[in-house]
Amino acid sequence: MSFKPHIRVENLNVYYGKEQALKNITVNIPDRKITAIIGPSGCGKSTLLKSFNRLLDPVDHVRISGRVFVDQEDIYDSKVDVTRIRKKMGLLSQRPYPLPMSIYDNVAYGPRLHGIRNKKTLNEIVERNLKISSIWNEVKDRLNTPASRLSIGQQQRLCLARGLAVEPEIILGDEPTSALDPKSSQRIEQRFIELKSEYTIVLVTHILRQAKRLADYVLFMYLGELVEHGSAEEIFSNPKQEMTKEYIGGTFS
Amino acid sequence: MRSFRKIKEAVATRLMAFLTVSSSLIVFFMITGLYVRSRPILSVHSLSELLFSSSWHPLRGEFGFLPFIVGTLWITGTAVVIAVPLCLFTAIYLSEYAPSRIRALFAPLIDLLAGIPSVIYGIWGLLAVVPMIKNQLAPVFGVFSTGYSILAAGIVLAIMIFPVIIHVSLEVLQSVPGEMREASLALGATSWQTVKTVVLRRARPGIIAAVVLGFSRAFGETMAVLMVAGNVARIPGSVLDPAYPLPALIANNYGEMLSVPLYDSALLLASLWLLVVILLFNVCSRLILVRVERSVL
Amino acid sequence: MDLRKTEEKIFKGIMICSTCCILAILLIILITILVKGLPAMRWSMITQVPKGGFYLGREGGILNAILGSLVLAGGATLMTCMISLPIVLYLNVYVRKRTWITQITRFSLDVLWGIPSIVYGAFGFTLMLYLGLRASLLGGLIAMCFLILPIMSRAMDEVVKMMPAELLEASYALGATQFETALKVVARQALPGILTAVLIAFGRGIGDAASVIFTAGFTDHIPTSLFRPVATLPLAIFFQLGTPFPEVQERAYASALILTAIIFIVCIVSRLLTRRFTRNVIR
Repeated sequence: MSFKPHIRVENLNVYYGKEQALKNITVNIPDRKITAIIGPSGCGKSTLLKSFNRLLDPVDHVRISGRVFVDQEDIYDSKVDVTRIRKKMGLLSQRPYPLPMSIYDNVAYGPRLHGIRNKKTLNEIVERNLKISSIWNEVKDRLNTPASRLSIGQQQRLCLARGLAVEPEIILGDEPTSALDPKSSQRIEQRFIELKSEYTIVLVTHILRQAKRLADYVLFMYLGELVEHGSAEEIFSNPKQEMTKEYIGGTFS
Repeated sequence: MRSFRKIKEAVATRLMAFLTVSSSLIVFFMITGLYVRSRPILSVHSLSELLFSSSWHPLRGEFGFLPFIVGTLWITGTAVVIAVPLCLFTAIYLSEYAPSRIRALFAPLIDLLAGIPSVIYGIWGLLAVVPMIKNQLAPVFGVFSTGYSILAAGIVLAIMIFPVIIHVSLEVLQSVPGEMREASLALGATSWQTVKTVVLRRARPGIIAAVVLGFSRAFGETMAVLMVAGNVARIPGSVLDPAYPLPALIANNYGEMLSVPLYDSALLLASLWLLVVILLFNVCSRLILVRVERSVL
Repeated sequence: MDLRKTEEKIFKGIMICSTCCILAILLIILITILVKGLPAMRWSMITQVPKGGFYLGREGGILNAILGSLVLAGGATLMTCMISLPIVLYLNVYVRKRTWITQITRFSLDVLWGIPSIVYGAFGFTLMLYLGLRASLLGGLIAMCFLILPIMSRAMDEVVKMMPAELLEASYALGATQFETALKVVARQALPGILTAVLIAFGRGIGDAASVIFTAGFTDHIPTSLFRPVATLPLAIFFQLGTPFPEVQERAYASALILTAIIFIVCIVSRLLTRRFTRNVIR
């Protein structure tokens, strides 16, 4: 399968202290597709995801070697402006973490940081992104209440809206549905399918069925190594590696 | 816009780093500042003369600190002897026996005890402790006392260091893993046996640190002691005698300080000693506590 | 077997006794202050400055000391806030990892916390000698800042340390710089804890006498200038007690009641504020 890569990873190694979390990863992430990173827990899925927007930097005793290119730009270059890299990517974490402010301010937080002050523009941005995340109808009458009062499912959609409001090109999801009930999960998945025409989406998931439902491209990782990657069709119907076969067949998890 | 944000970030980072680093240098500034100011007296008298002479006549240029040092030690010692058993039993009770409701009730009370200003403790000492010693306790032993004594200061100080000792030792006791207690209880030990053989053994370094912290707090406490200790510059013979501790000496003579030669230098030297002694105690106990914390993690 | 049970009972008894003993002492102190202070309370105590002959038992009140203490402790708390907050945010947002700088800073703050206030007073005094200052509000502010800096910083640090890392990540992921994250997210999330820390420090400052005894001086007037001496409540109490006149000593009890009441109010307000500002906090 040939495609235009949006993120290119070259010989990426990550160490936490003495432990090696990622071993020599080289892979391309396709543009405007949903890529799923699957594998048993502790295999380095989240680490790989976080390396894409340099969220590993503040972690204790971390060492990173290798290169990650986003839009042909090496993001680990020392001259790079980290905030600009991060602005390109929206992040959904396992549990939603709304910021300690109102619903409106949560969505407006990013745009304000990047210099949008005009009240009208902000209102438009907030409304548009809350609509895209299909939460507008639930919150339009109480935009000024604290975000902490929303349900977990609503919070996760709010976080999606917050991430989209900085106009990213990429959406990173770190098991974004794992804390949600089935109904909320389904809504989030629905959003992803609609959003992939405009965004590159990378999802970490440990739910195989979710990967099958959503993914166009799949990375299978095990103990810090990238075992196999390819189009979803290939990986799920005709995996080349024995280990992938076993994992997908459900022999181990 | 972007560059403005970057500049703001850079400036803020530098400023914060600067403040952080300088906050950890305060101790050195204090030592240096006090040392420079106390050098005049050190150039006239030798350190051992100052420490071991008991003749205190500033007007004649004699500065023997011995009575004050001994007074401080007596008072602090008395306070620790009174406070430690009470505090330890209370901390053990709160951590091992008391229902969590009582523990939750106790925490704000301890905070309140810690928040009461030392002048208030001093007044209470004057109103309650001093008369009690004068009228009840001293006659029992057949001696005369004005009530202004080491014992009075010790009792007041003991109460003032309750919060520190209880707070720290409670934290240490609660850091002992529950599984250890269960293991001992499962072998048929009573709660007290478990406390005695398992919990206290494990918590010992931390409790020692708590006591040392309490000691150093008592060592430097000024106003309350100043009000009840009697302030007589003589080496005391018993706990019913008055004493004149170092902090009280410093606080009491601020008025004359600048009019008598070398007096200010002597008082600042006394502060320097207080600082150094307390620093040593503090550093030791904090090091122990840091290690205790690590062993839990 | 019986011996073990008896031992258990004896020690449990001792422990309950000590606990009750400590509670009783706290109560006795408060009751003593109340019983002695109330009869001497006059409206004029809090509305007037000392009139001529105040220390001989004549007219007047301690408005000078109440205002002086509030200005001094309030000012010192504000100044310390502007130093503490950056330090705490630096430790918990910028550095965050366990490095030598966080270790050393926390350690020295702990050590500073244990230094007695009389030493801060003496140090403040030497600083004033260098700067050519006389006993004044400014001198008192400087000494008190040093005194409450470790108290406030450590109390804030305890709260801000509990901040979930994901909250920071959420903000970074939107392209926020560390400074923006610190100010807009961390400071807000930790607001209740920060306010409590500020109030604890204020309470310590307003009750402390030893640090201001050389540095702030004393006066019978209401504070008007940074370079004039300022009266403080604890010192007012101390001086009133020092007079040989029973009427004036009675006033000391009333002043002590006022000081205790202020400390109480600070305690209660901090609890109420904590509740009021938890609105936006994420749990």
